Amino acid sequence: MSFLLAQFLSGLAQASSLFLVASGLSIIFGVTRIVNFAHGSFYMIGAYAACWVALTVDSAAGFWGGIAAGALAAGILGAVMERGLLRRLYRSPELFQLLATFGVVLVVQDAVLALWGPEDLLGPRAPGLTGRVRLWGQPVPLYDLFLMVLGPVVFAGLWLLFHKTRWGVLVRAATEDREMTAALGVNQSHLFTAVLFLGCLLAGLGGALQIPRGSVNLHMDMAMVVEAFVVVVVGGLGSVGGAFLAALLIGQLQAFGILIFPEITLVLVFLVMAVVLVLRPYGLLGRPPVEARGGEAGPVLRPAPPWAGWMAAGGVAALACAPLVAGDYALLVLTETLILVLFAASLHLLMGPGGMVSFGHAAWFGLGAYAAALVFRHLGLGLAVGLPAAPLLAAAGALVAGWFCVRLSGVYLAMLTLAFAQILWSVAFQWTAVTGGDNGILGVWPGGPFAARWAYYELTLALVVAGVVALRRVVFAPFGWTLRAGRDSPLRAEALGIDVRRHQWMAFTAAGAFAGLAGGLDAFAKGSVFPTHLDISTSVDGLVMVLLGGVQTLAGPLVGAVVFHGLETEMLRHVPYWRAVLGGIIIVLVLAFPQGIVGALSHRFGRSRDS
Amino acid sequence: MSILSRLSLHGFLALAVTAGACGAALAADPIRIGEINSYTGLPAFTIPYRQGWELAVAEINAAGGLLGGRMLEVVSRDDGGKPEDAVRTANELIANEKVALLTGTYFSHIGLAVADVAARNKVLFLAAEPLTDAIIWSKGNPYTFRLRPGTAMQAGMLVDDAAKLSARRWATVAPNYEYGQAAVAAFKEKLKAKRPDVEFVAEQWPAQGKIDAGATVQALAAAKPEAIFNVTFGPDLAKFVREGTTRGLFDGRAVVSLLTGEPEYLVPLKDEAPEGWIVTGYPWDQVKTPEHVGFLTAYRNAYNDFPRLGSVVGYTAMKTIAAAIAKAGSTDTPALVEAMKGLSVESPFGIITFRAGDHQSTMGAFVGTTAVKNGQGTMIDWRYADGAAFLPPEDEAAKLRPAE
Amino acid sequence: MTVLSVSGLAKAYGGVQAVRGVSFTLAAGEMLALIGPNGAGKSTCFNMLNGQVRPDAGSVKLLGREIAGLPPRAVWRLGVGRTFQITATFAAMTVVENVQMALLSHHRRLLGWWRPAARLYRDEAMALLERVGMGAQADRPAAVLAYGDLKRLELALALANGPALLLMDEPAAGMAPAEREALMRLTASLAREQGVAVLFTEHDMDAVFAHAHRILVMHQGALIAEGTPAAVRADPQVQAVYLGSGALFGGGAA
Repeated sequence: MSFLLAQFLSGLAQASSLFLVASGLSIIFGVTRIVNFAHGSFYMIGAYAACWVALTVDSAAGFWGGIAAGALAAGILGAVMERGLLRRLYRSPELFQLLATFGVVLVVQDAVLALWGPEDLLGPRAPGLTGRVRLWGQPVPLYDLFLMVLGPVVFAGLWLLFHKTRWGVLVRAATEDREMTAALGVNQSHLFTAVLFLGCLLAGLGGALQIPRGSVNLHMDMAMVVEAFVVVVVGGLGSVGGAFLAALLIGQLQAFGILIFPEITLVLVFLVMAVVLVLRPYGLLGRPPVEARGGEAGPVLRPAPPWAGWMAAGGVAALACAPLVAGDYALLVLTETLILVLFAASLHLLMGPGGMVSFGHAAWFGLGAYAAALVFRHLGLGLAVGLPAAPLLAAAGALVAGWFCVRLSGVYLAMLTLAFAQILWSVAFQWTAVTGGDNGILGVWPGGPFAARWAYYELTLALVVAGVVALRRVVFAPFGWTLRAGRDSPLRAEALGIDVRRHQWMAFTAAGAFAGLAGGLDAFAKGSVFPTHLDISTSVDGLVMVLLGGVQTLAGPLVGAVVFHGLETEMLRHVPYWRAVLGGIIIVLVLAFPQGIVGALSHRFGRSRDS
Repeated sequence: MSILSRLSLHGFLALAVTAGACGAALAADPIRIGEINSYTGLPAFTIPYRQGWELAVAEINAAGGLLGGRMLEVVSRDDGGKPEDAVRTANELIANEKVALLTGTYFSHIGLAVADVAARNKVLFLAAEPLTDAIIWSKGNPYTFRLRPGTAMQAGMLVDDAAKLSARRWATVAPNYEYGQAAVAAFKEKLKAKRPDVEFVAEQWPAQGKIDAGATVQALAAAKPEAIFNVTFGPDLAKFVREGTTRGLFDGRAVVSLLTGEPEYLVPLKDEAPEGWIVTGYPWDQVKTPEHVGFLTAYRNAYNDFPRLGSVVGYTAMKTIAAAIAKAGSTDTPALVEAMKGLSVESPFGIITFRAGDHQSTMGAFVGTTAVKNGQGTMIDWRYADGAAFLPPEDEAAKLRPAE
Repeated sequence: MTVLSVSGLAKAYGGVQAVRGVSFTLAAGEMLALIGPNGAGKSTCFNMLNGQVRPDAGSVKLLGREIAGLPPRAVWRLGVGRTFQITATFAAMTVVENVQMALLSHHRRLLGWWRPAARLYRDEAMALLERVGMGAQADRPAAVLAYGDLKRLELALALANGPALLLMDEPAAGMAPAEREALMRLTASLAREQGVAVLFTEHDMDAVFAHAHRILVMHQGALIAEGTPAAVRADPQVQAVYLGSGALFGGGAA
């Protein structure tokens, strides 16, 4: 019994840390609707800055001053990010800011590496709080007790801030209804800067307070950001109280989960999130978002003029002739790029016409890749069976997940897709007997007529072109119209006899199938499949491609895939700090093309024609 | 070391390597080596590794190169910690850069992926750091050799000492992926073989990089083990050590821990390094053999820093490649593969041999006890455990490999 | 012929009785106006009729068939067209595409995956647009339309399934007086010529008294009066409700 109480306290300490970071994320989203993907980066900055100060000034003042400095540094940089970057993007399509913050993530990773070096830093322990006390005979670290108190104190502080100050009331009003706050004459620009400052300050504080618990390292950002998102979504976006409740829930689940089933730690939080979202589509304490009215509508999609069709056909013909001139490696890069084009196009069906953002599209890409590889490895069957199996298994998976996902919308939907992807990822990662675990499945090479790289390239080209053409036709066919109608106005669509969810569900499944085909092609192109195929980073790559190219155009995702993959492979090869360079390029592109590359171009050339 | 000095040193070495290459180009074409590692994914481990091989390249070229004056030229690539990028990069090195052979990799799954590409393209691959034994045994291939002692070898080295402990109740804690699973399995099997009376009373499998240390320590303590076998490393280890120390988990309990004596893991813990743990590692400041002192001096002169284990591995990998090319007398793959079999190389740890039977080197590791001296973690009472003693006989090992 | 027959319709939101025991009937070809001050429960009533909101109690019969509790899409399929108080159209589609969308749904052609939709039912859609006077704007994006034009587009959408019943929630709000009159005349002609039953709410009393055959007056969730325009105007209870606003008599008394 006393042991369980101690475990409970341990969970509380963990929950406090989670709450600090998640509350900041929740506040930022609630007011600005920005999905701050860089939140983990500010957490990491807070930790590094605090650690550096504490190590430089080796005293109690240094430690506590370091905590304050870390939080402030993160807050100030957050405000700088808002001023310099995000505010230029408020009129862009929803989630475009996510792309910008992704660029920030990359830059911060390399900046921290350059500033503080690659080795983990071990900061000092909290002066006066290094020991332990015995409660019910169990040792409990003093610092844990400190954190347990601090979490509720910060919660109370935030409550007072939001309920007892004019500024806080304005922030709450903005969370409820942005348009109305603007109409009241509130200076939204200052409000947003301040909110980013506060949110990032909390992230930095959360990071700084981690110093006494372990080392400060370069992987902190990614480890935290996903978990913080889970807490925010489980609690309800924009709800600080919800974040508090969810942090408690998840902290305790982790503490007790490892007692009952130690292997489940990888997936537990995602299982919980999935269950919560299925039962409560807006999180524990969240409310349905106020339907934003009068937001900027996307441009009308028009079929490409005939000359563009001819140009595309010419392009495909040129690509088909590539093996005549390109070497083995160039063909591999081309094959890979084509596969990513199909992957991005399939995601675009969801995000563009479907209006459903997915943070877990890698699930279907990976499922397709694993289908091909498993058929190959366990049934001994080659490409002829493995490749068709890829879209089939992916579609089956998407069919099941989609049924749950289309019941949600916005970021909730996106996070549920992420939960499914993570669950699949952990299955692939842990079911070693079948999937080979993290070592993956190797030797999945195409045999027979497609063994030669050029032949496989031609096969890929044919299937990708067919897939992209099919996805394009769908958008202009009645089904695509139906999807777009459901996206533009679910109310009107339902009033016109359209079952919006059912069509979204079908689109989800179809997008899964095309992503699965891409995954199957990828398995045979590289000869191997790993859990990284299902990884968050693969999902994020897809998002970046679609957003970079422009979500409101059909050619956007194709261009985005080519540009992003081109940048990444070229960067990887030649530049030492390639992540910072890639992140910088993304930021510049985002600022230069706030509608995405193709979106901005067609906007520019389309303006003279229309209106 | 400050950023500035690191950068300038780097530049200096690069200059030296290039200059060497330029000089040699007059005499003959350089020999191009393809090298892949997770430089951005795991800089703490891979940067010392890179410094190690850069030192070796500088030495080899300064001594006049290979095959009658041809310089070594390393084409180095970052895989970003992703196996799919490693696969693409390996293809690029083979097809575009026309490298004679491939080397590098840290993560096990990336090592396996590159090994697969090497086999398909019939190019030699010297896997430097991956610990998984699949790379030489269950998924071994004719073109892949591995330098560093693998998981089973390192676990075996620890079992000798673990079996001498009086402890009968054991708990394990390991990261939840192939490396952790394989290490625990190997340790359990070997310990049970020597001590049938031991029992394993608890297992914890924290997710790599995401340990909930307080809860994990509590759970381990609740099982009341007499000894603990630890496989966590890096940030997880730091958290585990702090929480375990604070909560008294290690009081009166023996801890046997894989890799913890390597400077990569011990140094960041500073004066909080655990004391009295039985570990594998590398006491860089205490090894006084002439071959090691020579390496240590050269390394410190070049970088004004002390070597990590990765530095030794990187250095030895490049020395191995040089020895193989010299022995083969050419850079043709069949000749190189033949040369690798039974190849003996002088490493900072003494002479090591690449076994023909399973393509594993006999490089060993140091087994000792951790201690804190002058505010730094270090190893005491250590001995060098020769890898050869912890490998199955070659003919048995060969049977573990797929038919060629 | 009775198209719509409502009885005992009720809805409460968290203790507030928004609609209480509303009953009325509506015949084919009839223009029935539902009026009442803001918050009287008109929109809730409308939302229950087309399935947007599920009633707590009561019955809604369309051509003798119970439709209470059906989702909006099912109600639409049974022949109920609806316009919204705040217009709901497909902003990223052109005007004619909006109407084609409605026709595609009416003809159950939503699942086509290959043939372009642009060619399907375009003539039919153009005819509907001409009827509401939107033919010239067919190829403009819906997002750029003036508010009055959106209202007319909504009417075209509502007509796409050849409805027996039209539910129009403030169909002429935001229009210039001349436009408003034209729209109401158009609606009246639909009722007269095609026998469509029309239930509408409207704040503009000129429009109501000029075009409604019959008027229902709601106050605090209940019907307080029902009858011809003249009878309603003379009702003392109605006068009390509208006292001081002048809205009810502003036009007629002058």
